[in-house]
Amino acid sequence: MSTHTKPEITARRRFFTSAAHHTGLGLLGGLLWAGYADKARSSVLTLRPPAALPEADFLRTCIKCGLCAEACRNRDSNIDKETGKPRPETLKMAKASTAGVTVGTPYFVARDVPCYMCDDIPCVPACPTGALDEASVTNDEGELDFRKMDMGLATVDTNSCIAFWGLQCDLCYRACPLMDEAIKLHYTRNPRTGKHAFLEPVVDMNVCTGCGLCEKACPTEKAAIFVLPREVALGRPGDHYVKGWDKKDQQRVGERKMDTIITHDKRSEKKATDYLNDGVSYE
Amino acid sequence: MSNMKYLILRRITQIGLLVLYFGAHAYGWKMLSGTISSSSVLGKIPLSDPFAVLQMLAAGASLGLDVIVGAIIIALFYGIIGGRAFCSWVCPVNMVTDAAAWVRRKLLIDKIERKVWVTRNARYYMIAIALVVSAVAGFAAFEIVSPITIFNRGVIFGFGAGAGLLVAIFLLDLFVLKNAWCGHLCPLGGVHSLLGKYALLSVKHNSDNCTLCMKCKDVCPEVQVLNMIGKRSERVVQPECTNCGRCIDVCDDDALGFDILALGNKK
Repeated sequence: MSTHTKPEITARRRFFTSAAHHTGLGLLGGLLWAGYADKARSSVLTLRPPAALPEADFLRTCIKCGLCAEACRNRDSNIDKETGKPRPETLKMAKASTAGVTVGTPYFVARDVPCYMCDDIPCVPACPTGALDEASVTNDEGELDFRKMDMGLATVDTNSCIAFWGLQCDLCYRACPLMDEAIKLHYTRNPRTGKHAFLEPVVDMNVCTGCGLCEKACPTEKAAIFVLPREVALGRPGDHYVKGWDKKDQQRVGERKMDTIITHDKRSEKKATDYLNDGVSYE
Repeated sequence: MSNMKYLILRRITQIGLLVLYFGAHAYGWKMLSGTISSSSVLGKIPLSDPFAVLQMLAAGASLGLDVIVGAIIIALFYGIIGGRAFCSWVCPVNMVTDAAAWVRRKLLIDKIERKVWVTRNARYYMIAIALVVSAVAGFAAFEIVSPITIFNRGVIFGFGAGAGLLVAIFLLDLFVLKNAWCGHLCPLGGVHSLLGKYALLSVKHNSDNCTLCMKCKDVCPEVQVLNMIGKRSERVVQPECTNCGRCIDVCDDDALGFDILALGNKK
C-alpha cells in the first residue's frame, strides 16, 4: 500500500504556474482578439472619402472620429439646386453591422449618395490624423483642387449599358462634374439601323475622380456604370514590360544602344527554313 | 437630493457632451465636434484619446500634428488635474455599468451569486494585449471593439449592431462580475488610471467623522481604493479611483470630500 502524499506547493512552483497561467490567458485573449481584428478589415470594394491614404495606411491612421462625415453633412455647398433643400450627407460612419466596412471608419456608397465634389473639399482639412491626406488634393498653387480627388474609377458594363444597345442615354455623361473630360461620348455607327449612332460612354481613367455621380444617375436597375476602388479596377503590367517607344519608360531600364543588345543565341545558328522543315520529306 | 449632487453633475456632463457631439453632426454646431476618439473644440482646439493614439503608433501610423497635440492636451488635463475622472464624468459606458451596479444592489445579487474572481489588474494586461494586437494587425485593435466609441458614435451617427455590445456589458456587470467592465477589464480605464496617478483632484477621508456605516464601500466601483475607511484620515492614493464622488454623496457623516490642489501633502 502506498501512502498518499500531498504535493508540496513551493514558492517556485507557485511562481511558474502563475506565470504560465497569466501568459496563457494573455495568449488566449490575444489570439481571439487578433482573429476578430483580421475579420474586421474592410472589403476591397469600400469607397473611402477623398484624399484617403491607401487602405492599409488609412486603416492604421484613421482614429474614427467622424469629423470628415460631420464636415460633409454640414457643408455649405450642400443645397440641391433643383429642390432647394440640403442633400443628404455622402460620408457615413460604419456601424458594427455595416457589411464589409471596418467599424467606425468613414465610407460612401455612390449609388445611394455620391460625392458632390465640393470646391473647398471640407471633409479633408477636418481630418486630425492625416488619414485624409490634404497634400494629395492640393495643386501647385497651394489650393484645394477637387480635380485631384481620387476615390475610385468609374467602370462601364457595356452589356447592360443601354447606350451600347443603341438607345439614346447620356445621363452619366451629363451628371459627371468633369463633363466631356472624365466621361467622353464615343460615337460609332449602329449597323442594325444603318442610320443611327451609338453614344458610348468611355471613361478617361486619368481624369475620373470616382465621385460616383454617374453611378447615381444611371437609369438601369442596377447601375451599368459604377465606381470601383482603383486597386480593384486597374490591372498592372509589371516591370518587365517596357514601352520602347516611350522615352521615359525606356529610361526605366536604362538607355541601351542597339549594338549592345545581344539577340544572338544558339537557335540563331539555324536557318528558319531549316528549323521548320527539318526532316520533312517532299518526295 | 443632497446625496445625489455629484451623481447628477456627472450625468449632466456625460449627457451634455453627447448632446454637443450629436448637435455638431446633426445641426453643424461648432462647440464640440467629432467623437470621443478625437474632437475639435470650436473648430480649433483638438482633443484626442491618448490610448487610441498609442495604438495607432503601435500599428505603425505616421500621424498628423493635430491628433498628437490633442492627445497631449487630454493627457495633461487628466494627468495634472482630473485623475481618472474621464471614466465617471465623460465616458458614456459609465452610465451602462452604473445602471448594472444599481440593479445589482437592488436585487441583492452580490449576496446570492457565486463569486467569479478576476484580477483588477486585468485592464493593464488588456492594454498590453491591445498594443501587441495593434502592431500585428496593423490598426488600432481596441478601437474596433471599444464599447466606449461604439456608444459615442451610436448617439451621433445612429446605433447599429454595436448596441448589442452595450447590452452584453450590462449583462456582464449584472450577472457575471460586479464592476466587471469598468473595474476590471477596460483598457482605456487602465490608461486613465495610469495617466491620473499623480493628479491633484482626489477624494479625502476624515476617519474622525466616520461611523463605519460602509455606505461608501457599497457604492464604490473600485472598492479596493477605500481601504482606509474608518482607519486612517488620508487621501485616496490608488490610481483606480475614478473621482466619481459617489462615496461623498452617500456619506451622511461628512467623512469624505473632494480634495483639490493639495500640492505636496499627498499622503
